[in-house]
Amino acid sequence: MTIEFDNNAPIYIQIMNYMKKQIVIGKLGPGDKIESVRDLAAELQINPNTIQRTFQELEREGIVETKRGLGRYVTEEESTIMRIKKEMAAELLDRFVGGMKELGFTGADIVALVEDAVRDDANAKGGA
Amino acid sequence: MEPVLEVAQVGKRYGSKEALRDVSFKAGAGKIIGLLGSNGSGKTTLMKLVAGIAAPSSGEIRICGEPVGRQSRAMTSFMPDKPMTEPWMRVKDAIAFSADFFADFDRAKAKEMLSFMGLSDRDRVSSLSKGMNERLQLTLALSRNARLYLLDEPIGGVDPVAREKILDAIVQYYSEDSCLIVSTHLVTDIERIFDEVIFVKDGRLVLHEEVEQIRMTRGRSVVDLFKEVYAE
Repeated sequence: MTIEFDNNAPIYIQIMNYMKKQIVIGKLGPGDKIESVRDLAAELQINPNTIQRTFQELEREGIVETKRGLGRYVTEEESTIMRIKKEMAAELLDRFVGGMKELGFTGADIVALVEDAVRDDANAKGGA
Repeated sequence: MEPVLEVAQVGKRYGSKEALRDVSFKAGAGKIIGLLGSNGSGKTTLMKLVAGIAAPSSGEIRICGEPVGRQSRAMTSFMPDKPMTEPWMRVKDAIAFSADFFADFDRAKAKEMLSFMGLSDRDRVSSLSKGMNERLQLTLALSRNARLYLLDEPIGGVDPVAREKILDAIVQYYSEDSCLIVSTHLVTDIERIFDEVIFVKDGRLVLHEEVEQIRMTRGRSVVDLFKEVYAE
């Protein structure tokens, strides 16, 4: 696992986001075991308490479950995984729409541009 | 819970020079704390006082409730900025020496750490590179089952590979019921392994804060804050 950290923002949030992404794209599947705090801390060279906090927050959001004596596992609830996926999409969209508005595009312009972009993308892939 | 280390209004004078002034802080179990400051800020002096190698001119230092002395030294593992080994030693002599000297020295842990560090029993201490020697010193310090670990500049002047290995070892081998204090002026590489940082400047404590708190409330890294505090 490699993460490019930004030391200007809380590290536990960056690791949370990274793990959520791994789950959404299927690198970490439902029911998969998660590394121990100590192993992950050593691998990422991060303070173990920071990793502990990451896991606690992921547990609080229902993304990770602790099985007593066995360790931590990715949730098997598909609905939870869908929820994270939607949350991540919403964040991306927020940022995108905000950026486009700053550039002076209206809602209709943005939709039209997105449609074009999606079509171009599909054609480029189909043609290749 | 009782703090592992309690420093109260500590001052230290060397003749007319004031090396430390009115330094107070507490450090708890399970924490890795960065003791940061530019060269000559008083980091090493503070380490020496806590290790019981020098006596404060004023104030008091307690380790697990014990004033600094024979009992506190038995619970404190100190890695000084200059090697404690002798040039005639091989690695195994250095290990045996520490094992004789410290009742809490854990030979099994030392063995495991040596192989993690890529050091061999047969290596001569005098032939080790600076980076390898730092790895050995760290092995000696962390192989004790102490309550307080004091590492003075463990990554100063070593190459990036050795630095990575040393950081790995710190995270992997420190124990959760002890407190580990690392002094350094190289903040960038190491700030992500800290729970808290303490800034010492001109012999005074100027900041003691949780690292994630700094990132959260100030939106900046420890190294940026460090540059601001130590700007000349």
